[in-house]
Amino acid sequence: MPVTADNAMTAAADARPEAIRVEGLRKSFGTLEVLKGVSLTAREGDVVAIIGGSGSGKSTMLRCINFLETPSAGRIVIGGEAVAMRPDGSPADRRQIERLRQSLGMVFQQFNLWSHRTILENLIEVPVHVLGVPKAEAVARAQTLLDRVGLAAKADAWPAFLSGGQQQRAAIARALCMQPRAMLFDEPTSALDPELVGEVLAVIRDLAAEGRTMILVTHEMKFAREVADHVIYLHNGVIEEEGPPEALFGAPRSDRLKQFLRSVG
Amino acid sequence: MSGLVAATATLELLQLEPPGWGAPLLRGLASSMMIAFGAYGLGLLLGLCGAFGKLYGGPVLRDLMAVYTTVVRAVPELVLILILFYAGTDAVNQILLGLGYDRIQISGVAAGIGVLGVVQGAYATEVLRGAIQAVPAGQIEAARAMGMAPAMIARRVTLPLMLPNALPGLGNLWLNATKDTALLAVVGFAELTQTTRQAAGATKAYFTFFMAAGVLYLTISLISGWIFARMERRARRGMPEMRA
Repeated sequence: MPVTADNAMTAAADARPEAIRVEGLRKSFGTLEVLKGVSLTAREGDVVAIIGGSGSGKSTMLRCINFLETPSAGRIVIGGEAVAMRPDGSPADRRQIERLRQSLGMVFQQFNLWSHRTILENLIEVPVHVLGVPKAEAVARAQTLLDRVGLAAKADAWPAFLSGGQQQRAAIARALCMQPRAMLFDEPTSALDPELVGEVLAVIRDLAAEGRTMILVTHEMKFAREVADHVIYLHNGVIEEEGPPEALFGAPRSDRLKQFLRSVG
Repeated sequence: MSGLVAATATLELLQLEPPGWGAPLLRGLASSMMIAFGAYGLGLLLGLCGAFGKLYGGPVLRDLMAVYTTVVRAVPELVLILILFYAGTDAVNQILLGLGYDRIQISGVAAGIGVLGVVQGAYATEVLRGAIQAVPAGQIEAARAMGMAPAMIARRVTLPLMLPNALPGLGNLWLNATKDTALLAVVGFAELTQTTRQAAGATKAYFTFFMAAGVLYLTISLISGWIFARMERRARRGMPEMRA
């Protein structure tokens, strides 16, 4: 384990249960190895930001956590439960993967709301049809969440008629409606017009403030610095540097990170 | 005056009670529709299996599906019908006799639904495959990411999302199904075209009966078109209109 400023956290903080642990994760696409053994730990309430240049493997790392990408090697533990993997990294138990995915709320760059369902239907789809929540309860929960992300008036609208920022806020509400253990954000503002970024970041900031466990892949450095407890800088599939945001952004040690921070400036 | 006589004679020929041929024609139409429905249903089932097989199946299944769609779409339907009706019945009976069973008679309806269904299935496979491929991958990925099982994703996400893409092609297939039933006339099955030929031959009123049959086919087609348009509108709910 590299010595990082993170290890200096108080004993009380370390006692929090682990929500997500990734160990020695590798991932190859054909002969191209995009992740060369990366690890991270997110305890309950942690906000972990993953930053890095294009092609650094940061999205792949996030997508391996819920097996949208099949790892080539490594270990993934969600809420203390290790994912059963075959020697080649593929999941050994489809139902376990499905169950664990239900505990991880994923938010995509392209929102990916279901276009044939209204916003409210998008929110209650998985709670009602997968998790078995009674419909009335799911609807009530969905309305509360829509209210919280400022979309109470759009419950019956179709996704295609919402702005990008509204769609992303609805997608965040959809993920929250499953009452997940942790949230995974895959560049949630990268597909948005600049003037719509703020409204989405405000929602994510709000979630961080209430102590939600989140792993956030982002290009928004100022935002990462503001909300993250721990920042991971990924370069060419390895963790080049990691630590608390003040250290990483305030006093970067590696030349690559210094150069990266200058370039995104 | 003579015009009025001709019109009255025509109406008499089309009356429901004998000597009018109205009732046999409508029975022929009913047979045609029964076969069209059966063949279309079978075709959709085969098409769904074929499309999912081609898209998500292993190499062997994909090859089998490719052979199916290629061969069936290459051979004229008339030839396929003759093959199944004569060669097929013969082969089945040879096998049955070899096993010590009695000969069986394959019913015209069953054979018609079987042949046309297999043909429909080959075309439906391609229509549905294209429609499924046009579904935005991210929406399927979102369903996977939230822990939906594959069968539920197919039923609640993939199928409803591909429907607007598939319906124009499926509407065409349905019209083909209704008209292809006429091919069964060559094996003497009493569907609408065969009945029309009998009526026309018996009365020598060729024009009257073939016009009547044409009107019946057209009516089916118009009603179908209206129903498919409604279904497409419903399937497109929530999707903004796109015009080139």
